[in-house]
Amino acid sequence: MDNVLLLSRLQFAFTISFHYIYPPLSIGLGVVLVVLEGLWLKTKRPLYHQLARFWTKVFALTFAMGVATGIVMEFEFGTNWATYSRYVGDIFGSALAAEGIFAFFLESGFLAVLLFGWDRVGPKLHFFATCMVALGAHFSAVWIIVANSWQQTPAGYHIVGEGISARAEVTDFWAMVFNPSTVERLTHTLGGAWLAGATLVASVGSFYVLRGRHRDFARVSIKVGLALCLAVSLFQLFTGHGSAVVVAEHQPAKLAAFEGHYETGPAPLYLAGWVDGKNGTTRGVAVPGMLSWLVHGDSTKPVTGLNEFKPADRPPVNFVFQTYHAMIAIGFALIGLSALGVFFWWRGVLLEKRWFLWLLVFAVLGPQLANQLGWWSAEVGRQPWIVYGLLRTSDGLSKVVRSEMIVTSLVLFTLVYTLLFALFVYLLNDKISHGPDESDLLEAGKLGLPKHES
Amino acid sequence: MPDLNTIWFILVGVLFTGYALLDGFDLGVGALHLIARTDEDRRVFLNAIGPVWDGNEVWLVTGGGALFAAFPMVYATVFSGFYLAFMLLLVALIFRAVAIEFRSKQPMKWWRTMWDYAFAGGSILSSFLIGVAMGNIAWGVPLDAQHEFAGTFLGMLNPYALLMGFTTAALFAMHGAIYLLMKTEGELHDRLRKWINPAIINFVVLYVIFTLATLLYVPHITEAIKHEPWFFGVVVAAVLAIANIPRCVTLGRDFQAFLSSCGTMVCLMALFGVGMFPNLVFSHPSPENSLNIYNAASSQKTLGIMLTIAVIGIPIVLAYSVSIYWIFRGKVKLGKMSY
Repeated sequence: MDNVLLLSRLQFAFTISFHYIYPPLSIGLGVVLVVLEGLWLKTKRPLYHQLARFWTKVFALTFAMGVATGIVMEFEFGTNWATYSRYVGDIFGSALAAEGIFAFFLESGFLAVLLFGWDRVGPKLHFFATCMVALGAHFSAVWIIVANSWQQTPAGYHIVGEGISARAEVTDFWAMVFNPSTVERLTHTLGGAWLAGATLVASVGSFYVLRGRHRDFARVSIKVGLALCLAVSLFQLFTGHGSAVVVAEHQPAKLAAFEGHYETGPAPLYLAGWVDGKNGTTRGVAVPGMLSWLVHGDSTKPVTGLNEFKPADRPPVNFVFQTYHAMIAIGFALIGLSALGVFFWWRGVLLEKRWFLWLLVFAVLGPQLANQLGWWSAEVGRQPWIVYGLLRTSDGLSKVVRSEMIVTSLVLFTLVYTLLFALFVYLLNDKISHGPDESDLLEAGKLGLPKHES
Repeated sequence: MPDLNTIWFILVGVLFTGYALLDGFDLGVGALHLIARTDEDRRVFLNAIGPVWDGNEVWLVTGGGALFAAFPMVYATVFSGFYLAFMLLLVALIFRAVAIEFRSKQPMKWWRTMWDYAFAGGSILSSFLIGVAMGNIAWGVPLDAQHEFAGTFLGMLNPYALLMGFTTAALFAMHGAIYLLMKTEGELHDRLRKWINPAIINFVVLYVIFTLATLLYVPHITEAIKHEPWFFGVVVAAVLAIANIPRCVTLGRDFQAFLSSCGTMVCLMALFGVGMFPNLVFSHPSPENSLNIYNAASSQKTLGIMLTIAVIGIPIVLAYSVSIYWIFRGKVKLGKMSY
């Protein structure tokens, strides 16, 4: 049984982490596309049209990967976590079904117009379709975060039945939807997704400047990317803080693990450190009382420590501590980087700072890493619970699935995903090195520039 | 007024029927993909489904979500019980999805051939596995007193389920061929017309064998159907719908032929539904362990909330889906943004 638990968790962690490379890009690039097409409609500059066309193609690639790997996630709740599915079907299932009806249909339906409708509909209807695709991507984030947040901070339910037939049933739908952590976690997740899109655009733009290609295209890409990046990375300070306060209130063991805080009392905030889980100590560079101040607004107030929880009820502390701190470090680095970029831009020297442009090229990895690390700390920090305080992860497994079956599927997914990732990187790289299509700038281009309705 | 459980039985049925009608034709196009010999013909095939295939697949995702929400016991038992089959289905769906997107990105012959095989293989395997899963649900699978699956992977490959797998693949191939008629013109269209009759005959032969097998070996479905005399009306409608397809093709009414094919599928799904009701998963050999619309359902409260969501959501979805199909009506023209 232990093997089944380990393998099921490993498979879920692997497949969800791989999946989560793509949806943030779809959400972030969705916003970028709305901005670019909006600018094009407003200014009628062909350059914006060219940008929108280029990023649409990249969007299509990330979207296809997101769809292909996303359907795996929906299946896995049933295949590997059948007991959990029975327990939460009433609640989690409704959120998932709502995601299908309100988000996925919208997104994939209008995607047809976004990708293939350039010469079939007018620019305004095309812009509308782009907005609907972006909206659909955001709706899908809303519903999946509702479902996930309910696992973190359950609300609006009661438990019916006992023992193996116990299950959670909805008592108050809106309390379930707006459970205590939904809003904070949603804004923070969306921010991470916008950053993924913004840095990708800035990174490709910088690459073109460094290579001396597509100057106009590159300049606009960098500016749109940097401006979004600065605004959103500052926004993440607030949403991140909001999330942590909710965690402090509703999931004290997780907050204590974030900061490696064992003894209840005034708590420091670590900049970096190492947790010795065996002896229950944490060493590192810390600001005394800072965590208490952030949580309570008073540096002397106590924060619940891990010693209040039985060892069996604690998450793996050092893993959660490290992933959480790495995420924060990346967040601050992004603020610094984008602020410096905007400063250079204001001084008019941005395009001459080659070292800085190289930094921007690699900045695309920042949000991707931070998104992964943040989710790892959030989900591992919830352990040992699959539904916080209600159902243990080890009790949520499928009873009929044996370890050799999971080994089979895990090997299968590892092979398939490795291949897919290699192909994705190859095609993305190919797309970027080809660059934007110059004929998109001309009235007499291959398809011609769509005409404005007057 | 039927109760909420019955309404959700019908709604889940409607979602999966929508999936069969829509993804059915693009899976079918995939099954026929390798029969087209030239790169240009294959591109026409891909672009015929290009704008709509992933919207079609959403019907499966939403159907799965609705099953999870309305009948979580079925979702949990079937998905964990059919573990290896569903993992294979996932891999098949992944490969056909990325094949559509990746194929056009490089001009090399080996690259395109590789994705042609992935697209065709993934499509055929998906259709087949969906049929096998339905065949098992109809035939019955061993369930224990806790409604957990007590069978094996090899047990799922019984003759009846395999027969339903082949029948489903044949049905989708026929449906896909008719869809392609609507989307093509000129010489390719003429060649496709010659594929229609073999595709129909292939399906009808399999379907007749499948029906005989059901009547002879699946008494619980035969019994259920005897209790609903109007069922014979559905059978007659199905036969007429199939017979109408070659007639429409001969007359050059491709869209009507497609509607007939859709009508056939609706009738078949209705028969499947009548045969199963009120069971969702039949337990064989212990029928008392079957999962039905009452012992497998969510709370009445959730079924009610979900109904509200469906009543708001489904009309909106249908409205813009129809508009989008309208925007992309007519014959495929290969252009710069095409696959």
